[in-house]
Amino acid sequence: MSRRRVVVTGLGATTPLGGDVPSTWAALLAGKSGVRSLTEEWASEMSVTFAARVAVEPSEVMERVEMRRLDRSEQFAMIASREAWKDAGSPEIDKTRLGVVVASGIGGVITLLDQYDVLKTKGPRSVSPHTVPMLMPNGPAANIGLELQAKAGVHTPVSACASGAEAVGYALEMIRNNRADIIVTGGVEAAIHELPMAGFASMRALSTRNDAPEKASRPYDKDRDGFVLGEGGGILVLEELEHAKARGAKIYAEVVGQGLTSDGYHIAAPDPDGAGVTRAVQFALDDSGVKLSEVVHLNAHATSTPAGDVAEANALAAALGSDISHVAVSATKSMTGHLLGGAGAIESIFCVLALHHRMAPPTINIENLDEAVTVDVVRDVPRKLPEGPIAALNDSFGFGGHNVVLVFRSYEA
Amino acid sequence: MALTQDAVLAGIKEIVVEVAGIDAGIIAMDKKFTDDLDVDSLSMVEVVVAAEEKFGVKIPDEEVTKMATIGDAVNFIVNNS
Repeated sequence: MSRRRVVVTGLGATTPLGGDVPSTWAALLAGKSGVRSLTEEWASEMSVTFAARVAVEPSEVMERVEMRRLDRSEQFAMIASREAWKDAGSPEIDKTRLGVVVASGIGGVITLLDQYDVLKTKGPRSVSPHTVPMLMPNGPAANIGLELQAKAGVHTPVSACASGAEAVGYALEMIRNNRADIIVTGGVEAAIHELPMAGFASMRALSTRNDAPEKASRPYDKDRDGFVLGEGGGILVLEELEHAKARGAKIYAEVVGQGLTSDGYHIAAPDPDGAGVTRAVQFALDDSGVKLSEVVHLNAHATSTPAGDVAEANALAAALGSDISHVAVSATKSMTGHLLGGAGAIESIFCVLALHHRMAPPTINIENLDEAVTVDVVRDVPRKLPEGPIAALNDSFGFGGHNVVLVFRSYEA
Repeated sequence: MALTQDAVLAGIKEIVVEVAGIDAGIIAMDKKFTDDLDVDSLSMVEVVVAAEEKFGVKIPDEEVTKMATIGDAVNFIVNNS
């Protein structure tokens, strides 16, 4: 029996570049930065005073009463999933065949910290009864599942900055395994708050380029000095191919494979020889069945940290061999910042759109390319991708040594 | 000083509008929190805590379970203020 095939039929997002997918994609191709100085009072106390906040505040598109029961990460999830579901044509489906797999790296950390402040200042009786549903990391997935009445299963993989990609892979398997015909999947994150920022800053993981925030996220540049914290999220509607065809759905691209490995090396640092990444790429390509000659694009994890970018590039080169020469590599975190658990999701959307429009987005802020980076980086302006069957990879890694690689292929009707 | 029923009703209306986002015009003494106003058990806790702060009364949990309507809440607060 042939394997059930999975396609992408809907996209939704709210990101530092735009309040939806079309505005985000347009800003991405234009090479715009979503990174800005923070205006909050607490920011002035920090060693890092900037981040990539969403371009459109949830309050601009969501009712106040709904907002007060949802953590900011859950607000992003609802905004992006509504766009994605509508984009998919709001399909009529047996709800027992509809699932949700939406990740978050940290969960409702802002709610947790805000309610702790309430506890300390006003006492336990004043703590909101919505605290627990708002802080639980499965809250974004659960709220989407409730709205869509999904009954095939609602899941939340957690693997730090690989979470969003792991969610998409989990969704792929759920459809392949015949647990569902449609899965709403992706990842969200809302952690721009003084505590997580102070924690990341203490690890020396964040860029400290306070005088030029829009230049701070500079993957592959010699002077990169850390990542830029971002917020937002992305949601994809994955659907079994025959189901999508039967209802005449618009098909953006096909999801054809995933590879998962772990480093077993360090809680936060990447394994310098990148063996776990290399194996994950190989597993993903084997799973996908795409020919190496078809792989023309890769959306890199590339967070702009000194160690991570080079280790990743070396691992990719090792996995793809001489075929790396025809892969256009884009590091879109140069524009969006790092959305942690949302990163793998928005970057999956970027891969899907790159295949659909046959256009690889640029990488900005490379003034002096690090000589140790041997992959072909798309710099400053987008690059046209070839006609015919083509494939793209999205790799994501998380603190803890999690490696996730996804493979997408252009869809030919 | 005892609170009047009208004053308490007006205050409860404000709270329910804030918590549940309901049009103030449909909130009346005979309306049921759950069936008529869509105030679920979690939101009911918010209403109670806000009412305690606003009117300076203590509303024990066993009393909350008996409060089916807006009027039940208003009368409890009036009688215990």
